[in-house]
Amino acid sequence: MYRYDQYDHQIVKERVAQFRDQVRRRLSGELTEDEFRILRLQNGLYLQRHAYMLRVAVPYGLLASTQLRMFAHIARTYDRGYGHFTTRQNIQYNWINLEQAPDILADLASVEMHAIQTSGNCVRNTTSDQFAGIAHDEIVDPRPYAEIIREWSTFHPEFAYLPRKFKIAINGATEDRAAIAMHDIGLAVLKNEQGEVGFRVLVGGGLGRTPILGSEIRDFLPWQHLLTYIEAILRVYNQYGRRDNIYKARIKILVKAIGIDEFRRQVDEEWANLKDGPGTLTEEEVARVSSYFTAPPYETLPATDAAFEQHKAENKAFANWLMRNVRQHKVPGYAAVTLSLKKTGTPPGDATAAQMDFVADLADKYSFGELRVTHEQNLVLSDVKIADLYTVWEAAKSQGLATPNIGLLTDMICCPGGDFCALANAKSIPIAEAIAERFDNLDFQHDIGEIDLNISGCINACGHHHIGNIGVLGVDKDGAEWYQVSLGGAQGNNAAVGKIIGPSFSAHQMPTVIERILEVYVRDRIEDERFIDTVQRIGVTPFKEHVYATPIKVPHAAGEDAYA
Amino acid sequence: MLQEKMHMLNIIKDRTVIGEDDWNLIRLAEGEAAESFTVPAGKMIVPLAVWQAQKTTLQARGDVGVWLASDERPEALKDDAASLPIIAVDFPKFADGRGYSIAYNLRARHGYTGELRAVGDVLRDQLFYMQRVGFNSFAVRADRDAHDALKGLSDFSEAYQISWDRKSPLFRRVDRQVVTAK
Repeated sequence: MYRYDQYDHQIVKERVAQFRDQVRRRLSGELTEDEFRILRLQNGLYLQRHAYMLRVAVPYGLLASTQLRMFAHIARTYDRGYGHFTTRQNIQYNWINLEQAPDILADLASVEMHAIQTSGNCVRNTTSDQFAGIAHDEIVDPRPYAEIIREWSTFHPEFAYLPRKFKIAINGATEDRAAIAMHDIGLAVLKNEQGEVGFRVLVGGGLGRTPILGSEIRDFLPWQHLLTYIEAILRVYNQYGRRDNIYKARIKILVKAIGIDEFRRQVDEEWANLKDGPGTLTEEEVARVSSYFTAPPYETLPATDAAFEQHKAENKAFANWLMRNVRQHKVPGYAAVTLSLKKTGTPPGDATAAQMDFVADLADKYSFGELRVTHEQNLVLSDVKIADLYTVWEAAKSQGLATPNIGLLTDMICCPGGDFCALANAKSIPIAEAIAERFDNLDFQHDIGEIDLNISGCINACGHHHIGNIGVLGVDKDGAEWYQVSLGGAQGNNAAVGKIIGPSFSAHQMPTVIERILEVYVRDRIEDERFIDTVQRIGVTPFKEHVYATPIKVPHAAGEDAYA
Repeated sequence: MLQEKMHMLNIIKDRTVIGEDDWNLIRLAEGEAAESFTVPAGKMIVPLAVWQAQKTTLQARGDVGVWLASDERPEALKDDAASLPIIAVDFPKFADGRGYSIAYNLRARHGYTGELRAVGDVLRDQLFYMQRVGFNSFAVRADRDAHDALKGLSDFSEAYQISWDRKSPLFRRVDRQVVTAK
């Protein structure tokens, strides 16, 4: 994976010093809170309900074991012993003291990490495919380009005060695992007929209040032009994006307002001044960055292992875990293991310091010391020998990290919601927990099969509810928390925005709402049809009719007070 | 209503605090017409609308510069870039980043080489980026210390990407040796 050279170290060190001084000036009153707020946001520091929240960047989701141990250290030293992995492959700490934030940044810098531009109206952490470099369907490894974009966007002087946040995602495989159509810029790395590398460029996608899929602005941008072309897009957006209304400030609104053809024309006009100029990428630079993403020293192994096959045949729990949490690897004899952070009873994406240390040890022992953070809020050991899978499973189980639910109902995406976030209209974690408890039965979950259930506590859509097969959105009605349900959203190659089924529900009704939706699926599905396929085939109406057929009475369940 | 004529204090120019200089920034009062406004004698920086309405007269004076609001276009000055003694770009709020692209394009696309001054909500923590996109002069907000603000110009010693100040990206300027794994 990428390692900092002297320049990266120097730039990040100077940032820590700059931020330390900004904190000092805030505490002494030299900076007003209004001035400081925008500066701290560009360092990932939000003021939340109870304390400051710090969001640390995990560039394109790639993590070394030493870095994960530092996350554990930070959780123990500066927080309450845990961290929360997010849908943008980052980690958040919820209980931070402002005075200690510079020390945390210094600790992070010691393991080549930072919190630069993890919030604020600037270019955010570029996200990518969690299986980059190991996926069997990979066309081009996107990681070198993700790193090139990271460097280019870090402290870009012109684009630090954009109309709104700006998110770039990059995918290099046949299957889109980076949700590129949901980003301000989405890049698909591919090869043309001559075998040359380039990008299909989408622009103006996004979730939030106005969910829109990105429009294609170029079908093939040769790799040399990556940075100058992105610069042209950002320059048009910086000048013409709306600044009068925060809800209309994303690039998607601009693209929609003037149309993709006019937007393309403006970008091309800007790009004409940059194209083939000094910002053009060189082969040497791509080679330099690519050399950090070479394959680890894989052994030549048989495709499988006798003891492994025996365990698989004899142990149903192990077989279930293999089916859900273990993924094919491009190298024979290896597999990619997803460690579930979605155990029932734990907020989705949360990991304790002890779990982080434990996973770091697992990575060192079994996966070349490397890990991935997924946008579904789980962790991946990317290079595990098939012969080690049984041992890894038993170890992961001991720490509550082997719930065989990847892609299933309880592998929910969920934002921190009203328990933590000052923006939220409603709590989201208790909804996720109530649903997880209702459907804890794994056999039932395996029968239901693949389904994305995404929950956001407000319209900002951090829980990606629009692209959940079932989406749940917390809304505020006369000061009470209600939940709006949508169906038919999807990520991946057939990305789609879900349709709202009708009036919203109370928190207590939500598990029954989900149950009724699933009843329709079980009733109407054909053979191996996935939930999303059934929704797309029969439409939303049958679900709607069944969900609203009779009033949902709420028994006074234990734990109700928790989210009353 | 009278226009607002501001003598700028707190000027940093070419990385040096020069305090007050003799440029005045003119903001029209609300409803005041650009055509009929009388530009006072002396070194004046006028709004774009005044410049456009009275260009022939003002250009002949030689001591009149123009300032752009954040919603105005640098293209509006493309024919004047060679002759203007100063151009200023207004930051109504420091978080309004349009001025960065205006400055960059005044330099890069329209070839402006004269003094380019940031005015308005100009503060220490934005100066580093402002100098990178082409500003060489800063009217630091009146309630702040220009000597303190000057430090902001030195926050970073390196930068990855091109802008007006660095015509070549880090990867072309230096030999970045690949760091071998731990």
